[in-house]
Amino acid sequence: MATKSGRVISHKSEFSLAKLFLRWEALLILIFLAVNVMNICLSPYYLNAYNLFTNINNFMNTAIIALPMAFILLLGDIDLSVGGNVCLSATMLGIVYNATDNIWLGIAACLATATLCGLLNGVILTKFSELAPMIVTLATNIIYRGLSERILGNGSTGGMLNVSWFSKIFYGRLFNLIPYPLIVFAVLAVVFGLVMHKTAFGRRMFAIGSNKKAAAYAGVKVDKIRLLVFTLTGFMCGLSAVIYCSKLGSVKSDVADGFDLEAISMCVLGGISTAGGKGTMVGAVIAVFTVGLLRYGLGLINLEGQTIRIIIGALLICVVMFPTIRDAVKKLFAKKK
Amino acid sequence: MNQKTLRKPGKIGELFRSREASLLLVMVLLVAVIQWRSGGLFLTGDVIKNVTQNYAHTAVLAFGMLLVLLIGGIDISIGATLALSGMATCLMMRDGYITNPLVAYLFSMLVGTVCGLVIGLIVSKGKVIPIIATLGMQYVFRGLAYYIAGYDWVASDELLPGYKSFAWSSFLGINNLVWIVLIVFVVMFVFLKWTGFGRQIYAAGSNPEAARISGINIDRVKIIVYGINGTIGGLAGAMATSLYGNAQGSTAMGAEMDVIAACVIGGVSLNGGQGNAFGVLLGAITIAIISKSLSLVGIDAFWQQALKGAIILVAVLVNVLVQRNVARRALKRRDI
Repeated sequence: MATKSGRVISHKSEFSLAKLFLRWEALLILIFLAVNVMNICLSPYYLNAYNLFTNINNFMNTAIIALPMAFILLLGDIDLSVGGNVCLSATMLGIVYNATDNIWLGIAACLATATLCGLLNGVILTKFSELAPMIVTLATNIIYRGLSERILGNGSTGGMLNVSWFSKIFYGRLFNLIPYPLIVFAVLAVVFGLVMHKTAFGRRMFAIGSNKKAAAYAGVKVDKIRLLVFTLTGFMCGLSAVIYCSKLGSVKSDVADGFDLEAISMCVLGGISTAGGKGTMVGAVIAVFTVGLLRYGLGLINLEGQTIRIIIGALLICVVMFPTIRDAVKKLFAKKK
Repeated sequence: MNQKTLRKPGKIGELFRSREASLLLVMVLLVAVIQWRSGGLFLTGDVIKNVTQNYAHTAVLAFGMLLVLLIGGIDISIGATLALSGMATCLMMRDGYITNPLVAYLFSMLVGTVCGLVIGLIVSKGKVIPIIATLGMQYVFRGLAYYIAGYDWVASDELLPGYKSFAWSSFLGINNLVWIVLIVFVVMFVFLKWTGFGRQIYAAGSNPEAARISGINIDRVKIIVYGINGTIGGLAGAMATSLYGNAQGSTAMGAEMDVIAACVIGGVSLNGGQGNAFGVLLGAITIAIISKSLSLVGIDAFWQQALKGAIILVAVLVNVLVQRNVARRALKRRDI
């Protein structure tokens, strides 16, 4: 893409207060606070810690996918197959558990399936690097969900919650307060953030996302990194599937529909460009909570699911357009002077 | 990008090596296998009529998507545009504001055009990447389709009889919806090949920077292209609702995926500037055949989704291999 050619990969600018406030994360924090204020006004029970954690827990399985999705977008790729992947690996968990009566085998099968699915995406995309990731993962999404449909038919698989500790994965709480999925997410978010911003691997991802060719000529092993990131995404889908199974205890072939777009919109709201090479993990994490809590708040005033989607869609576009609007306003003032 | 100029002029050789020819070959093979495996059930008047009628709106959408892909954009909100325009039209009909099927079609196209123009403005003036803009607008349009109907649906008996029968009647032995596809195809073919604006679309897609310097107003091209795509989305909305005889918020959920797949199989590049209307027509027919024929060949219903995905994937991969081969040959010829 020609428009990418002018981008600076890394630069240090001098500190300025105005710039700090105009940063994407500052805007996001403002929105995040606004959402929380709105929720507090709407419900007197909102700030009850136990309730709050219950609500946060409910969007943790998408949130966990948003983390590797941030990596993928950073590379300038996209993965539309995460929904199908979660569905297929959750199916495998149920099937293997019911066949062997051993939940550990089920979890192993689930994680293995998910990782394999991610690996398949990665292999196809690196062997046929001229293919757009969008169309490949679109096709594999249909395949993964289709396989689950083949296995389950119109029925479902379940019974996982008979293993009492398995249901604790979702419903259990540390100190009777903090749900385990949130702890998993927090730890992973820190790890992913450190990898993205503090390691050579992270810098290489930024380099690939900014200019794939230049990165390859500079000695970055583009294929290897892409393969790794897609496989990692697969594994995280498996993790999300385990949490999903622990939450509902049964799997149908339509679970996790739309996870892909939800995770992508969370990342984009967090300032990670789908063109690649731009974004921070902090932004993505704030966006995850903003979207999740906004959804909960709008649910409080009894808005229907689809109406909530209108608001989230409009918010997404307005936020993404914000830099353009800001520049236009700046130009307007500059002209007047 | 420009393999054509690298080739030696040789009409027949060129014909055989072109993308459309290889796709046509694959299609003929596919049909032959299906015809053989299904015991001659496939190539019958009823099945052909059924397939073409049911996939007409997907095919029409593919031509709009072609334009968007040509300028390097993408529209994943087109299924939602279809649902919204179809729903708006059917509501107007239910409440008695529209009493003529033709007006209904025009109104639906109008709604679709407005949706498309909004996306065009967001993409060009708001400088939002197309996939994000249409992802957001997909939520908005789909939500609106539910919202304006009050989470209800418009039932068959609330629609005009003429509106419903239009989709089921034929002219010169060909179903009306199929006529629409053919007309849109011809218009799109001529528009892209022989009009100045059509060539501008290719220019804007293959090298936006160069196109801008040579005096093409890229923003204008984008807005108009998304507008036309919206119009076609609206047209497909009317086609779908008159075919099904009802309007629901969930109409054409996920249709954009079939549409994009049809374009890609038809040789349209997602990077812009590559593809033509004939290829897209073939791609749309291929998708329709795949979707319909699997049950005829005796594959049980639960395999169909997975197989469909696999076939799309294989088609795309084969296309890449063919293109690599073509590029290698072109390179060899230059060495001499």
